[in-house]
Amino acid sequence: MTAVNGSADAVGPALVELAGVTKVYGSGHAAVHALRGIDLRVAAGEFVAVMGPSGSGKSTCMNILGCLDTPTSGTFRFRGVDVGAVTRNQRALLRRHYLGFVFQGFNLLNRTSALENVELPLVYRGMPAAERRARAREALRAVGLEGWERHTPGELSGGQLQRVAIARATVTQPEVLLADEPTGNLDSARSCEIMDLLTRLNRERGITILMVTHEADMAAYAGRVVRFLDGLVESDELNGRPN
Amino acid sequence: MLWNAFVLALREIRRNVLRSSLTILGIVIGVAAVIIMVTVGGGVTAQVTSDISKLGSNLLIVTPGQRRGPGGASGGADAFDMADVAAISREISSLAAVAPVASQMLSAIAGNENWSTTVYGTTNEYLDTGEWRIGSGRRFTESELRSGKAVCILGATVRDELFGAQDPLGATIRLRKLSCKIIAVLEAKGSSMGMDRDDMVLIPLRTFQRRISGNEDIRLIEVSVEEDSSTEKAQRAIELLMRERRRIGAGEEDDFSIMDMKEVASTLGGVTRTLTALLGAVAAVSLLVGGIGIMNIMLVSVTERTREIGIRLAIGALEREVLLQFLVEAVVLSSFGGLFGIALAVGTSAGLTRALDVPFVPDLGIVVIAFVFSAAVGVVFGFFPARRAARLDPIDALRHE
Repeated sequence: MTAVNGSADAVGPALVELAGVTKVYGSGHAAVHALRGIDLRVAAGEFVAVMGPSGSGKSTCMNILGCLDTPTSGTFRFRGVDVGAVTRNQRALLRRHYLGFVFQGFNLLNRTSALENVELPLVYRGMPAAERRARAREALRAVGLEGWERHTPGELSGGQLQRVAIARATVTQPEVLLADEPTGNLDSARSCEIMDLLTRLNRERGITILMVTHEADMAAYAGRVVRFLDGLVESDELNGRPN
Repeated sequence: MLWNAFVLALREIRRNVLRSSLTILGIVIGVAAVIIMVTVGGGVTAQVTSDISKLGSNLLIVTPGQRRGPGGASGGADAFDMADVAAISREISSLAAVAPVASQMLSAIAGNENWSTTVYGTTNEYLDTGEWRIGSGRRFTESELRSGKAVCILGATVRDELFGAQDPLGATIRLRKLSCKIIAVLEAKGSSMGMDRDDMVLIPLRTFQRRISGNEDIRLIEVSVEEDSSTEKAQRAIELLMRERRRIGAGEEDDFSIMDMKEVASTLGGVTRTLTALLGAVAAVSLLVGGIGIMNIMLVSVTERTREIGIRLAIGALEREVLLQFLVEAVVLSSFGGLFGIALAVGTSAGLTRALDVPFVPDLGIVVIAFVFSAAVGVVFGFFPARRAARLDPIDALRHE
């Protein structure tokens, strides 16, 4: 299976499978229905762009896909595991071993060097310090931040922070990389750099990528575009061609 | 995993120098305040206790007039005379020594030196009741006492002031018109209750009466009771005897008073114990305040760090790993602060006790209590908010600002 041939109706084992997933925040009159029944299958190696207006449920869906949150109803299977049914700790272990998350607001540790930020997921994997450091350096080099290892988030630009966040998400060689508007804070030149980087990670390392974006330009890098509207999947098509 | 948590914790401590030092400062102040107060209080108590023991135990002081409060005797009552002294020593058994004392403030002059001191006219018994030891020289002889010879014994302070390093034995000092030959110098006792006990000159009672006061009055009788005998019994016996001698009718009040130094000692001891308890209470309050300081910093820092906790959880940390990290941080900070506080307290109390001239008596118990309390506060208030944060959904923790 190559990087771009996955599709909504791909046969074979799905890496990620949402079936009738809903998410409701609050209860009674104040209840907010963020997701109203999402069905989505993503196969290993795909590069999927998730689009939709604000409030359409993209981010909620990403949080569920990232095992950070659980569906109110419906099932989310990741690698065949029903994520909604396992314990907090087991979800943490799924995140630790298989997922990389690039947050919208970077979510890097303040006053902590780029290198240490990137090392952090490896610390929780129990990797020895020397190997950890070497891997983190390598990850920073891969995102073009060689020489910036000692700088803290306060000393880095938005694009650099985004790249540190990507390095942190990829240093563990995750199976799935989830990125919530990875280019949201960047100018177009920087955005293209980031997208090239993600494309490379997808093609060269076979990392499955799920990316939320507002911009069609960015979605164009993906092999498949899923559109959300009002908590439902509005459309799901291979890039450029109607499904 | 523990080592990992330790490394992470040390890293966080180093990374947030300000927050860490504030936490440590809170603990340092809490621990140090308690230890200093209790140590200095203990030193003062020990000092007072030793002062009291210097006054002489088993000592009764009989003075004419009724004592009203801790001042001097009220005037009006007749002074004692030698017959009273003789009667006391004759009639009452179980007394080790009975010393009559008459005294006056006078200038002692030797060569060009001049020193204002208290001159006591007394007998050799005074050396026994006051537990004085002769440093050099000898006691009064019987004939000197009987015939009222012009001889004197100097307290160490008077010797120092008038003669410096010279040997005063055989020299003379002048008290008014009386030239006295120095026959002895007493060993120094130092001061007690802020009074220099060595600032005095002793001369035979008869010499004092004839050459200085010009009357037979005895203003004070010191009585030391034999060891193992009851001072209360002796006090009652003296009271009965003196009432009889001074013809005080039944129902009338004594026109003299008998002070038991043991009673004074226990009163003073009680006062010091109260003071120490007060210091302890103040210390407990400062420990509490220190504890609240630690609590605040811990609570604020954990709230501040909720996002950090969210990040760690999101990238795959387990709840218990995050907790362990915070626990180790709190333990390391608290123990560091505690040890620093102990060091500070020991240094400061050593200095303070020296400045106050009281003995330095470190109290291990309070050191342990202060340390454990502060450390416990630090750990508890570092741990529980962290646990609350670590139990949040990572998403909620991440949204926290």
